[in-house]
Amino acid sequence: MTVPVPVLSLRDLTVDIPTRHGTLRPVDQVSWDIARGEILGVVGESGAGKSMTGNAVIGLLDPPAHISGGQVLLEGERIDDLPLAKMRRIRGKRIGMVFQDPLTSLNPLLTVGDQLTETILRHLDVDREEAAQRAIRGLDEVGIPSARNRMGAYPHEFSGGMRQRVVIALALCAEPTLLIADEPTTALDVSVQAQIIALLKRLCRERGMAAMLITHDMGVIAETADRVAVMYAGRLAEIGPVAQIVGQPRHPYTDGLMASTPAASAGQARLRQIPGAMPRLNALPDGCAFSPRCPRAQDRCRHDPRPRVGEADARAACWFPIEPEEDAA
Amino acid sequence: MLAFIIRRVFQSVIVLLAVGLVAFSMFRFVGDPIENLLGQERTVQDVERLRETLGLNDPFPVQYARFLGRAVQGDFGISYRQSRPVAQIIAERAPATLELAFVSGFLALTVGIGLGVFTAIRRDGWAANVIMSASLIGVSLPTFLIGILLIYVFGVQLRWLPTFGRGEVVQLGWWSTGFLTQSGLKSLILPAITLGLFQMTLIMRLVRSEMLEVLRQDYIRFARARGLAAKSVNFRHALKNTMVPVITVTGLQLGAIIAFAIITETVFQWPGVGLLFINAVQFVDIPVMAAYLMLISVMFVMINLLVDILYVWVDPRLRIDGRHA
Repeated sequence: MTVPVPVLSLRDLTVDIPTRHGTLRPVDQVSWDIARGEILGVVGESGAGKSMTGNAVIGLLDPPAHISGGQVLLEGERIDDLPLAKMRRIRGKRIGMVFQDPLTSLNPLLTVGDQLTETILRHLDVDREEAAQRAIRGLDEVGIPSARNRMGAYPHEFSGGMRQRVVIALALCAEPTLLIADEPTTALDVSVQAQIIALLKRLCRERGMAAMLITHDMGVIAETADRVAVMYAGRLAEIGPVAQIVGQPRHPYTDGLMASTPAASAGQARLRQIPGAMPRLNALPDGCAFSPRCPRAQDRCRHDPRPRVGEADARAACWFPIEPEEDAA
Repeated sequence: MLAFIIRRVFQSVIVLLAVGLVAFSMFRFVGDPIENLLGQERTVQDVERLRETLGLNDPFPVQYARFLGRAVQGDFGISYRQSRPVAQIIAERAPATLELAFVSGFLALTVGIGLGVFTAIRRDGWAANVIMSASLIGVSLPTFLIGILLIYVFGVQLRWLPTFGRGEVVQLGWWSTGFLTQSGLKSLILPAITLGLFQMTLIMRLVRSEMLEVLRQDYIRFARARGLAAKSVNFRHALKNTMVPVITVTGLQLGAIIAFAIITETVFQWPGVGLLFINAVQFVDIPVMAAYLMLISVMFVMINLLVDILYVWVDPRLRIDGRHA
């Protein structure tokens, strides 16, 4: 049996930002695979390197940030070292990206129809007529009512939730195999969030599209993702199936993160919080970045970097991971 | 949209009435024109007769109403100095100024926007840095100095271009044009650069800073993330979004090019309305001055109206507001 090639593979992806006071490393040797049709949730605090990883994959890091090590493989083909012109052919065509704020993601001076057909014409070998038809179908698919009539509308004529639907239609109009969604629901009303998440989930399932869903909302993750990657200070702390990450986290940071997330059924219990704050990138401790805040940290954690336990599919970067049996205690 | 335009036109009329009042007041407050018109050898009867024929004995509101009434019909009275209708004198001079203003405005706009986009996209390139430094000269050197420098280099030292006048002109009806002869075109180059340099650098710096601002916006990032070509991102998406502030400033600067051609026309002895105005000031030729003032204000008001209409054309968000307001 041949193992299918994952849609996206990160191999020790590292991003550096050279500054006057030394080099910062917002993404540090991150590796993971996303298979066809799989949704990988990426969680972590602000500044943990989630968005930076997403931008690195699509090649949109703001200089001076750059990929300084590792590889990005799209369907087995290395794309992190491609020249800009080739990368432009991949963006939108094979990787779609959705940003956080739908209010600012659309060009206010062009109609949504213009923006859609422009993108379709760029990537697909179709004429203007066919592009317009596809654009209407795209709007229809993301649930814009009377899509045909809305082609000539400007972004400001849509509500926030509708605009995010338009953004998703734009990101997917050239039928990419990978979707990177960077906090797609954070700027939306709670009631609209659920609709957008359901939409993304449906589209991924229907198209067999792989997705990297970046968020800090554990609720969204639990509902949507197949697997979860937890990032901390630019490093991958833990990755595994969603049930395991939520139910039986092995990395103490994941455990703390879960304990600090309110659950609807939790009642009045006071939420636990992790003492301290994530270290700044210019003041990372030796060894495990989480060790200063970790209740389980021992000497070894402060010196030996990069532990790795578990399989490729489910692993935690911890010398003393929580074992399933002690979790019950 | 129509209501919006009508409202703007109404406001423009009020502005013009106010300017008309200022222009008219000059007749009464800037010395007595009779002093200039009649020499030392004059009788009291001469003075009275002239006062009567020029209507200077009527009450103020009557004179103002008469002035406005005539101005609307294009009659700005008789020049004190040349004893010819002011309208006729200005019509003779206007083509020279308008052609000069058109060429320098065109230069300022195309070169300014082009270089502005270039320096914004190649923000850290050496060429962009050189252009940005050079543009400081355009912003900071006074117009007359630039004119004299250009005359010295290209007229006196290199002897490539004429240093004054319009060269040969061709008469097309009442319009005299310098576009059709070689000497006319050559004569245009130095004054047009002198007049347009400040505006060009201003527009360039404005476009650059607006572009840099727009290029940081999410929708530009999203356009890039969709893999659009650089040309499309830079021009279709970014440049268009810089246009509202650029149109504002450009419109006002275009008015300024026409209104303040005075200095350039003086330096190059360009036979336009600016030079006419300077000479009129020297001789207290008030009808000419008043007419010039009125003309310039009409021009500014029209340009502003045009700018407001252009906003609505560029930015669809304003259409909604315009409809409801």
